[in-house]
Amino acid sequence: MIYRLIDGIGQYFILLGRVFKKPEQWGEYRKSLMKEIDQLGLDSLGIVSIISLFVGAVVTIQTALNLDDPLIPQYYVAIATRESIILEFSPTMVSLILAGKVGSNIASTIGTMRVTEQIDALEVMGVNSSSFLILPKIVACLLFNPLLITLSMFLGLLGGYLAGDLTGMVTTSDFQLGLQMGFKPFYIVYALLKTVVFAFIIASISAYYGYTVKGGAIAVGKSSTDAVVNSSVAIILCNYLLTDILLS
Amino acid sequence: MIEVKGIQKAFGDKSVLKGIDVVFEDGKANLIIGRSGSGKTVFLKSILGLHEVDNGVILFDGRPLHEMDKKQRKALRQEIGMVFQGGALFDSQTVEENVLFPLNMFSDLTQAERKKRVDFCLERVNLTNANKLYPAEISGGMQKRVAIARAISMNPKYLFCDEPNSGLDPETSIVIDNLIREITVEYNITTIINTHDMNSVLEIGDHVVLMKEGFKVWEGSNDEVLTSQNEDVIDYVFKSNLFKKVRQALIK
Repeated sequence: MIYRLIDGIGQYFILLGRVFKKPEQWGEYRKSLMKEIDQLGLDSLGIVSIISLFVGAVVTIQTALNLDDPLIPQYYVAIATRESIILEFSPTMVSLILAGKVGSNIASTIGTMRVTEQIDALEVMGVNSSSFLILPKIVACLLFNPLLITLSMFLGLLGGYLAGDLTGMVTTSDFQLGLQMGFKPFYIVYALLKTVVFAFIIASISAYYGYTVKGGAIAVGKSSTDAVVNSSVAIILCNYLLTDILLS
Repeated sequence: MIEVKGIQKAFGDKSVLKGIDVVFEDGKANLIIGRSGSGKTVFLKSILGLHEVDNGVILFDGRPLHEMDKKQRKALRQEIGMVFQGGALFDSQTVEENVLFPLNMFSDLTQAERKKRVDFCLERVNLTNANKLYPAEISGGMQKRVAIARAISMNPKYLFCDEPNSGLDPETSIVIDNLIREITVEYNITTIINTHDMNSVLEIGDHVVLMKEGFKVWEGSNDEVLTSQNEDVIDYVFKSNLFKKVRQALIK
């Protein structure tokens, strides 16, 4: 098992070496990049928006219920919501959701291309298939995921505000005060840095599992599952490392 | 012309190609036949360079494949057209985009010239009203024709076809066979076709190679297939009742 793990990591880095070679035709890569931004990024707007809005609302309500004490000012609810959303929920949890949605898409798309010989067709033509298929996906995730996470932060806080206001648990002025109190702009930088690292993990690990598929439809399904599981584990591990390095 | 000299290939302990010598000439439909597991696909992929051979030499018009560096191999790949068993069309692209793809990647033609070339290739395979359709929206026979159009879009010197008739009805199979043969003769291409289909052998087999358990056991023309006394040929070709009757008629 350890041998397989080390072998797999080695294969992953060899594949990355091929991915980052100079593209044969920039025009085709640009076209491909636009398609990927549409498929991997824009298509994720809906799920990210809905989840962020409602999780923000739930965090506010639960925090308000737990801080239900006349000695604790209401604006603490907003501070707790802000920190939860910006530091953890948006960069990490939404990235995990994207690992499921985008990761399985990448692995199954590339895996299907492998088993239907489309990758062989590219190779026979003399195209660097790994670069042509994987690089645009990585770049699309690196460019678009930070935008998705920024949107998620905004909607999470908006959800919190609306929930506080609609339930009467936190007044508008208290929520606004809490959002601004003791705010550290570096937290945004930290969150976006994590997002970029996670985006790379999601795209590259999923692409690796798709690209190395051997067999048929069942193997594609398995590679898709492996891609989601392993990129999620890598995200959690990197989250710990980055938090330790950047915040402690 | 493609010359193959003594190629051997093994996967782990399993030897798949056990020393094959054969010459594939220009302007002829060269067919490789044999049972499943006889090594046909590995043989084809080895010639293409998708599998590195363990021993032996493959010469493309005298140029040894194993001596080529990456750049030379890349240049060689642009002289090769390939029709895969399932077509291997890019399912996210339309018919037109599929044929245009190699031209966009590698040709110096202007956009208008590329468009003209795509129209020419699609017309050549008798497919004119499907430009904007996706592979999933066309029939298996049409997919094969698109694959042939894509394979010839770069004016290849070598054309490889892996089971071009699999999954097609007999009538469409004949259309595809004849199309491949016409293109081979018209452009004087070296064509190698992997097939199980005896109709293809009889229809277009200018040069037929029979493989068995990793060896080349026989070669000849389609006429010779029917009259050969080679046991392996008799065993492979005359398995079906139809061909048994054909053989009996020939003997009479």
